[in-house]
Amino acid sequence: MTDVSGEWPLYEVFVRGKRGLNHVHVGSLHAADDEMAIRHARDVYTRRNEGVSIWVVRSSDVTASSPDEKDPLFAPSGDKVYRHPTFYEIPDNVPHM
Amino acid sequence: MTQAPGMDEHAVDEQRLLASFESTIGRHDRIEPRDWMPDAYRRTVIRQVAQHAHSEIIGMQPEGQWIGRAPTLRRKAILLAKVQDEAGHGLYLYSACETLGVSRTELTEMLIEGKQKYSSIFNYPALSYADVGTIGWLVDGAAICNQVPLCRTSYGPYGRSMIRICKEESFHQRQGFELLAMMMRGTDEQRAMVQESVDRFWWPALMMFGPPDDDSPNTAQSMAWGIKRNTNDDLRQRMVDMTVPQADALGVTLPDPDLKWNEERQSYDFGAPDWDEFKAVISGNGPCNTQRIAHRRRAHEDGAWVREAAMAFAASSSVERVETPEETR
Ligand SMILES: [Fe+2]
Ligand SMILES: [Fe+2]
Repeated sequence: MTDVSGEWPLYEVFVRGKRGLNHVHVGSLHAADDEMAIRHARDVYTRRNEGVSIWVVRSSDVTASSPDEKDPLFAPSGDKVYRHPTFYEIPDNVPHM
Repeated sequence: MTQAPGMDEHAVDEQRLLASFESTIGRHDRIEPRDWMPDAYRRTVIRQVAQHAHSEIIGMQPEGQWIGRAPTLRRKAILLAKVQDEAGHGLYLYSACETLGVSRTELTEMLIEGKQKYSSIFNYPALSYADVGTIGWLVDGAAICNQVPLCRTSYGPYGRSMIRICKEESFHQRQGFELLAMMMRGTDEQRAMVQESVDRFWWPALMMFGPPDDDSPNTAQSMAWGIKRNTNDDLRQRMVDMTVPQADALGVTLPDPDLKWNEERQSYDFGAPDWDEFKAVISGNGPCNTQRIAHRRRAHEDGAWVREAAMAFAASSSVERVETPEETR
């Protein structure tokens, strides 16, 4: 990959903001190894208690879908409108639905 | 002449990609790293984000030199936290820039070789502790003016960095204002220090928004692409309008004889910064350009052994891990 003259590898950082929430991608950073990546992530992305838990993962280990939004990967869900509640017509006088 | 059969197809493909890019921009939607984008868009975003990142990093220097000479422990803790934030801002922005395919090593080299610029303001010295206050109030104030609209910039990672940065900037501006307000309640000497500092920083702070619109050839394209959201002069006006009442509250005067309220425009009229000075400073002839770059270069070169040692350690400990059976770890 982009091994620029001994540059520290790139990591993606995910932070859980508080209990009950998912880890969310917050950005990336360089570190020599996993442990250092966690330490740097704490300094760079959580200087004000922005998180209770951090995940780091080497960027080169991330597998992504193809970039185009109109990717065939997402096409199967495009025509399945019946997966959404608004597809169904319920009379106005039926409460709590 | 007959065309190679692949050429047409390639051109059609490119047109389709461009149309899709432009419709994303037209919807005020964001461009993400793996999207196709015109080369000129990529180059423009790289240039702007890199310049922004370099400004955060170089921006640590004028204030950083006062950390060891802060008047109280409280001020020292505040300044330390502020300068550390600026380092963080630089890192958010470098990582946003890297999503466009440029490496951190290249970015650092372009800075220390003078191939990419940083904000002109950091080429002025911080001569007294009052300057720490003025920098927070006016320089971070100008940065906020500039950065708030950039939260909606068209390049996704850049906008997300700006959102994080804006959340942190307001502390920077407030600590500066508070410091100055405290000095203004002090002795005549302290009040004079504040006024002298404001006199030095006012015009350079207004120059931070860049050249006037009629001398800013890239603005139109950057706005069409949604990279920039406002012109330089718009933002400068906004800064002046915001700052005048703050200066009144503080009890300092702003060094501009032309500054006065315009009832018709519902805005302040103000004089023109010395654009010759601005041009001299951005082309390398400000008071501190040489020393700022030399300092950054020294820090980078002095840190080389640390970067190499950490890599060597990581390489040797990953070998060990492979060789040690799972149970004994
Ligand atoms: Fe900053
Ligand atoms: Fe700041």
